[in-house]
Amino acid sequence: MEELLKKTASEQRKALLNKEISAVELVNAEYKRIEEVDEKLGAFNSLCKEQAIETAKEVDKKIAEGEILPPLAGIPLALKDNINLKGTKTTASSKILENFVSPYDATVSVKLKENLIPILGKVNLDEFAMGSSTENSAFKLTRNPWDTNKVPGGSSGGSAASVAGYEATISLGSDTGGSIRLPASFCGIVGMKPTYGRVSRYGLIAFASSLDQIGPFGRCVEDTALLLEAISGHDSHDSTSLNMPVPAFSKALTNDIKGAKIGVIKELLAEGVAPDVKTAVENAIKKYKELGAEIIEISLPLLEYSIGVYYILATAEASSNLARFDGVKYGHRTKDAKNLLEMYTKTRAEGFGDEVKRRIMLGTYALSAGYYDAYYKKAQQLRRLIKEDFDKAFEKVDVLVSPTCPNTAFEIGSKISDPLSMYLTDIGTISANLAGIPGMSLPCGYDSDGMPIGLQILAPALQEEKLFNIAYNFEQAVKDTQKCPLI
Amino acid sequence: MVSQAIRDKYEVVIGLEVHAQLKTKSKIFAPDSTEFGAEPNTHTSTITLGMPGVLPVLNKECVNMGILLGLALNCEIPSRCKFDRKQYFYPDLPKGYQISQYDQPICVNGYINIKGKKIGITRAHLEEDAGKLVHAGADGLAGSLYSLVDLNRAGTPLLEIVSEPDMRSSDEARAYMEELRNIVRYIGVCDGNLEEGSMRCDANVSVMPKGSDKFGTRAEIKNINSFSALQRAIEYEIDRQIEIVEEGGEVDQETRLWDDNQKVTKTMRSKEDANDYRYFPEPDLMPVEISREWVEEVRKKMPELPEAKRKRYESLGLSAYDANVMVEQMETALFYDKVLELGADYRITNNLLVGDITAFLKENNININQTKLTPEHLAELVNLISKGTISNNIAKKILPQMLENGTKPQEIIEKEGLSVISDENAIKELVEKVIAANPAQVQAYKNGKTNLMGFFVGQIMKETKGRANPQIINKLLGELLNK
Amino acid sequence: MITIKDVEHVAKLARLELSEEEKEKFSKQLGDILKYVEQMNEIDTTGVEPMSHAIPMVNVMREDVVVSENTKDELMANAPLKEDGFFRVPKIN
Repeated sequence: MEELLKKTASEQRKALLNKEISAVELVNAEYKRIEEVDEKLGAFNSLCKEQAIETAKEVDKKIAEGEILPPLAGIPLALKDNINLKGTKTTASSKILENFVSPYDATVSVKLKENLIPILGKVNLDEFAMGSSTENSAFKLTRNPWDTNKVPGGSSGGSAASVAGYEATISLGSDTGGSIRLPASFCGIVGMKPTYGRVSRYGLIAFASSLDQIGPFGRCVEDTALLLEAISGHDSHDSTSLNMPVPAFSKALTNDIKGAKIGVIKELLAEGVAPDVKTAVENAIKKYKELGAEIIEISLPLLEYSIGVYYILATAEASSNLARFDGVKYGHRTKDAKNLLEMYTKTRAEGFGDEVKRRIMLGTYALSAGYYDAYYKKAQQLRRLIKEDFDKAFEKVDVLVSPTCPNTAFEIGSKISDPLSMYLTDIGTISANLAGIPGMSLPCGYDSDGMPIGLQILAPALQEEKLFNIAYNFEQAVKDTQKCPLI
Repeated sequence: MVSQAIRDKYEVVIGLEVHAQLKTKSKIFAPDSTEFGAEPNTHTSTITLGMPGVLPVLNKECVNMGILLGLALNCEIPSRCKFDRKQYFYPDLPKGYQISQYDQPICVNGYINIKGKKIGITRAHLEEDAGKLVHAGADGLAGSLYSLVDLNRAGTPLLEIVSEPDMRSSDEARAYMEELRNIVRYIGVCDGNLEEGSMRCDANVSVMPKGSDKFGTRAEIKNINSFSALQRAIEYEIDRQIEIVEEGGEVDQETRLWDDNQKVTKTMRSKEDANDYRYFPEPDLMPVEISREWVEEVRKKMPELPEAKRKRYESLGLSAYDANVMVEQMETALFYDKVLELGADYRITNNLLVGDITAFLKENNININQTKLTPEHLAELVNLISKGTISNNIAKKILPQMLENGTKPQEIIEKEGLSVISDENAIKELVEKVIAANPAQVQAYKNGKTNLMGFFVGQIMKETKGRANPQIINKLLGELLNK
Repeated sequence: MITIKDVEHVAKLARLELSEEEKEKFSKQLGDILKYVEQMNEIDTTGVEPMSHAIPMVNVMREDVVVSENTKDELMANAPLKEDGFFRVPKIN
């Protein structure tokens, strides 16, 4: 059973259909694993045993009756704790929502249930998805399964650590500036952010509305593609949701990539990249050449401005999205208020952590009287130019590659007191959110400490199929070099 | 109170901001009901409450109504508009921001005519309403111990209509409001009820020396809950500002509240506390592109506007005054139109409607649609009068039954035998009878008291229960009395 | 660059109570971040249309139909303080 937990979703599905194990047994095996390792890993905020077992029972019933099951039925999943699941605590890892019980399901939660995917529990994140290491969680520390003294990355640290640590086979996270791709890279698994609008945001606790997307994690490209298929689609509850049919991502994997044009982002392989990371990515590029792809160097000169643009737009939207946390209708309320003003200021001071306060302050400042043109409007203009840079690049190439991050997972506590330095880890991932294009991180090697290195692949908007195809071919070519964490 | 002499030295400049609640079934960004009067917090949803993770979705009917009202106000409908967030903290604002329209509103550059003067309309935009606060523990806001929040109203669609500062008196302001109210009611987008709050009004008032071309500093007046309150508030504010200027002071740019009990305006917010709304484009909603085809589709459905109705009634022959009285009672005017369509005489119908029927409605505190009277029956009645089958007097007598029971006039006439008696012989008999029974009055008439004719007519009417044809009575009386 | 007064003003707009220490800290941190952000001015953006949405869509609307997905009790279950079906808040001031 232990071994089965390390398998892919397709392998687990085979075992279920062959009745080697039942879905309930699989779920219980995961809970046993969680009991064993989560004290150390700290991935889970809460568990939903009743719901998960109910779903597993349903799967077993259908198998017994010989019914056709959705592709991921019975495959255990972890859900980032900023996604509403009715009847569970949805906390965004914040004190201000510590006891908030969702009165409704996010659209993706509905889809998970329709696909009979058992949701094991809610996993940890940086508070309100603001961070790159999950150290900003108000509740607990999540550790990297490859080295528990190191961060798993963020903000979807729990989603990545649970899958990498075999506490779940698949998971859902959210990505606003790299929050899926970065932890996937640090934890040696696959994680991707779809085209903006591909997956409904209804039920995702909003951080930056024009940048947020929910996306899948898996231990292989195929699992990730299957999960994306299950959660994608137009949603009338979300006005930013794409009104287009969902392509069969999992069917696009095996096509030949001979002649594919792969653009290497020059600015992301320059100085500042750790040597092991550089080597691993260069080796990946060599591998692509072997597979018949054409390698072209691409320059994205505006890339360096993307951090500034991101931190104005994302914090401005966030400062607005978090105004609803006022202690009136739900969530934490201070016990010390003498009047309404104090109720607001103390509730929010008590309920929000440092990083959240910092971003609210920055965003409020950027939108305040006299500063809109200089900061917000300027950032929106630069955003358009950055997108146009990508459009120009994609005229020449099919996809773009780079390291997901200039370094591998860092020590817990080593960057937390320097916010700006923490922000710079996002340099590789942020621009994809600004442009709305899909991006993935998949493992491409290990550094001298054995920590995983992530290769990032970016595709044009709406072309996730191409993305999966290019990723799959690489993954299959280097299959034998993949390692497992020792946890 | 400022003297008229001093008042005459100044020009008053007034602009009005009106919020009209749109009569859609569901809210502008959430699917909860907009129905008024429900138990607190029963017409809400996860979206209205601003729960974590929810998103707004635009109600198409709000856009349709916005276009319709814009056209009725002679506005341009730009081909593109969008939504913005207006941010501030208040317990009746669940998200901590209001979704509104800042720089690309749905309507611009309109006007309406009042008493021959054009009042410009700068813009109209869509936004969502806030909830309601009940202050508990004392009376009114000051001194309350705590507040209770009801979010039923939160998210109700509003159209905010901003006029140009074109009004120069409280009369003009009132006329503007009254016409705006008529328009929104006639096109069916809003109930236009100031007392109930389905239409709300803030006034911007300033004064400047007569002949000046530079407007004075304006104050915004809120909490105006009736047309007369509007006039009182403006008059008070004019005096207040003139007094300040006369004493060499400067009027503060501020928001003031009208207190209808004490009949004064009071400072509400000072400049320092003025809100920084930090507007930015709403990222959860897409822009709206309004094609010219869409505008024309809406225009086709435009009901007749009050101004056009007045003109049409005047062209039929009603006086301007009568035409306006009719238009001011919308349900009655629409009823009138139906009766006219059935071919009834315009004047007789008008007289009945604004006379006896309106009296009946007032007495019972209802509108015409709440009676059992139908346009068909009224048309029948009017036709019977036109043909001379019954007199006006008889018509008055049978109206109550038509209003209360919905009985056809013909039925009542036959059942109670009320048709006009036009048989000259029968009437001649009656005339002779009455003359014989009243010799003293006959003598007095012959001696010159010719106004006694009315007495004789009355006697005959009494005998015939009002049914005798008055012309025939007069003719025969004239003949027999003057013999 | 960002003074304590600026920090206090922004904190008031954002309804955040800050300690004196926090004000100092934010004043420095926000200043650093904004200095970095001001890099943006190196690029000339005259005439560039600001971009709100990565994927342009228009006229996303719904029909005027009433839908009730939750009961009042479900919606108020998380309320910190209720009274007679209302949300209760302290006096305004």
